[in-house]
Amino acid sequence: MGMSTTQVATEESFSRSAGKQLAVYALAAVALLALLMWLLNLLASLTASAAGSSTAVDAANNTITIRLSEEPPQLDTTLLTDSVSGVVIAHVMEGLLRYDQHQRLVPGMAERWEINAEQAVFNLRDALWSDGEPVTAHDFVFAWRTALDPVNASEYAFILYPIRNAEAINRGELPLDALGARAEGDRTLVVDLERPVAFFDKLTAFSTYYPVRQDFYEATGGRYGADADQLLYNGPFTMESWVHGQSLDLRKNPRYWDRERIRLDRINVAYIVSDANAVLNLFKDGKISLASLTAENLAEAMEQRWHINRFMDGSVFFIEFNHRPDRLTRNRNLRKAMLLAQDPNELVYKVIKIPGYLPGESLFPVFLDGVRGKFREEYPAPEHRMDIARARQHLEKARVELGLDEFPPLVMLTGDNPVSNIQSEYFQAVFKKNLGLEIRIDRQIFKQRLDKMTKGQFDMVLAGWGPDYNDALTYGDLFASWNLNNRGRYANPEYDRLVGVAQGSLDAKVRMDAFDAMQRIIYEDAVLIVNYERGQAYVTDPRVKGIVRRAVGAEQDYTYAYIDMDG
Amino acid sequence: MGRYALKRLVQGAITVWFIATATFFAMHMVPGDPLASDKAVSEKIRANLEAKYGLDKPLLTQYGIYMGNLARGDFGISFTQENRRVNDIIREHFPVSATLGILAVVFAALGGILWGALTALNRNRMPDIVIMLLVILGISVPSFVFAALGQLTLVNINNLLGFSLLPVAGWGTVAHMLIPSLVLGLGTMAYLTRLMRSSMLEIMNSDFVRTARSKGVPAPRIFTHHQLRNAILPVITVLGPSIAVITTGGFVVEIVFAIPGLGRYFVQAVQQSDYTVIMGTTVFYGAFLVLMVIIVDLVYGLIDPRVRLE
Repeated sequence: MGMSTTQVATEESFSRSAGKQLAVYALAAVALLALLMWLLNLLASLTASAAGSSTAVDAANNTITIRLSEEPPQLDTTLLTDSVSGVVIAHVMEGLLRYDQHQRLVPGMAERWEINAEQAVFNLRDALWSDGEPVTAHDFVFAWRTALDPVNASEYAFILYPIRNAEAINRGELPLDALGARAEGDRTLVVDLERPVAFFDKLTAFSTYYPVRQDFYEATGGRYGADADQLLYNGPFTMESWVHGQSLDLRKNPRYWDRERIRLDRINVAYIVSDANAVLNLFKDGKISLASLTAENLAEAMEQRWHINRFMDGSVFFIEFNHRPDRLTRNRNLRKAMLLAQDPNELVYKVIKIPGYLPGESLFPVFLDGVRGKFREEYPAPEHRMDIARARQHLEKARVELGLDEFPPLVMLTGDNPVSNIQSEYFQAVFKKNLGLEIRIDRQIFKQRLDKMTKGQFDMVLAGWGPDYNDALTYGDLFASWNLNNRGRYANPEYDRLVGVAQGSLDAKVRMDAFDAMQRIIYEDAVLIVNYERGQAYVTDPRVKGIVRRAVGAEQDYTYAYIDMDG
Repeated sequence: MGRYALKRLVQGAITVWFIATATFFAMHMVPGDPLASDKAVSEKIRANLEAKYGLDKPLLTQYGIYMGNLARGDFGISFTQENRRVNDIIREHFPVSATLGILAVVFAALGGILWGALTALNRNRMPDIVIMLLVILGISVPSFVFAALGQLTLVNINNLLGFSLLPVAGWGTVAHMLIPSLVLGLGTMAYLTRLMRSSMLEIMNSDFVRTARSKGVPAPRIFTHHQLRNAILPVITVLGPSIAVITTGGFVVEIVFAIPGLGRYFVQAVQQSDYTVIMGTTVFYGAFLVLMVIIVDLVYGLIDPRVRLE
């Protein structure tokens, strides 16, 4: 009897004692964790700057904090191709000319310039590199030769082709010193042109045209632009530090020639993050001054009743047809049928529904300049009305011409992102309903899509195009038969002729007439179906004023930004 | 012991070689062109780019060159960040992933062992039921949900307090690491809790515990030396692979919390067909996983005298 009672008591007391023991271990574990944390903190403070802990707006230090969507892949201006790198480089470097807050072309490194049909002459101002050396005409010549040197395989070398012999040099047919650009003394840059170029001044604002100093470039041993100390600065800001994948610290450049204009002392790029919700959370938490809105986080921003800004980023998106002879889409009537069976207004306003998007009417977006005003006001886009009856007539003609009993499924190649997904599904449904056409969606990630586009493995592809320079030619020459980016291989001698006119003429009226003829051919021939002009919606911290967003050049520009605490 | 370790290392090296070879050929077979870019380039430039990365040579020659470089520890240069060496990418970003990973593993291991022991002691009572429910949740809900939820909760807490208690995202201080590593370790913690619970229950009813108790061994000593120590063994076994899984699988957490870890590069490289980075990160992670398994096997021998490493 006594035995059994002690037994029970022991069982319970054992359990209690074990529980106590466990509690002691738990306490020890917490203490261990705290110690580990403390050690890590010590370690972290030794290695990293606490960049992530500052706030969106720091008025006392005249600093704003922003984020980038990805790590800048390339800050070597001779190789740079992407827009994120473009934003960073536009803050730390400057070309001969640049765009101001009203998108006007203004002097940069060049004080004065003169451009005629054969030659451009730039007189450089007294400007300094961040190490105190003067910026000279030689730096431009060196940069351009480097970009054109076929060994360096620069993807943007083509943008230098208006300079005499540039294309031949880039093909390896002429030596580098044959380039028609030379320094006359340190301050005069003389450029011989291959042909008359109506927009050469605009080209010089592009990053491939930025200067690079030879001795510095060579001293980096192939790592030019790879780190903050591997780059030389001549722009409004310098890069104090660059922690890859994490942060960039931009400080006002005391040697910048126009430093009075710059009102911020520091731009703290504290986050490199693309996740739409994370971006919005950072903004909500007061950590960043600007947050882009996408389909995923738009609803939340509207709920918060923030003031939503928008701007057109200049990109035009379209269905590009494959015009190769082995594809059904070579048939004009088939393309015409699809063109007439859809309505960009429905796509933009009922399907995509992101503020800022504009229904696509023309390959030439609304921001482009015409003769005096805007191109699209002077030359309205061809009128489009969805007409299913006519679309079906075209489809029937196409069927007869192609000798088919019925149409096999057509392949629509598309990227893998939220907008392309709904866009492709919209067209799949519309073409099925209105034309009875079966569309097979081939969804691919970026590089695979590009690869298939280049190899022509599609009937149609959801593609887009953004501007390199502020002239309609940046869009217009895309469908010239010789253009390698014409991945649907559209070829039309009349179109090519018009591109030639736009390339070679200096007369604005003649050029704009040519662009108008191009947009008509594109519609009449159903070369492509324009879907939309992309807009971007974003929110900003009300205390930060003067942020510039633009279609051509750096799409985010903080060189005019300032802090206004009453905001 | 020494001979055993050596044998395992040689086996490990062969495994890594196999991983490298398989990845190399699989990568080249997957559609996608690492040199494809938005702007099409001329034949000449294309040829120069191919020459720069050695893509102009036959695949087997490329393989030979790559293996030669690999033997010397050179992973080559990235396709997407042309001025950066893959070695630098790994050197700069792996420590971040490792810090996050280690912290997550510590969370997971300590939590798993404590919760597991607690549930076993309170079998079929309230704490057991509640914790096991949470465990099911922790195992079945993917980490990106926890990551997003964790971040959202932080924002709301900060907004409520009117100041930043903990940062929402970013990297640099311990405050930045706390929530991400907790989120990252949650799944493993749940798994380890279950493992610990069942192993603890088995031990509690075993003969040697009963013997110890009838011998009159003090309760704390039985709990610590006879029960905990034996119950932990299976947990240690899975800890090695867990470290590798957590460290390599952190990319979701890294993306949501803007952490500059290697996981992001790993995933982006595959999306962008960045051959050298794919190879570099895969081989590196592969070697890391193999090494962790070897270490755990060796540690096993130290903890459990019954395991003789021969």
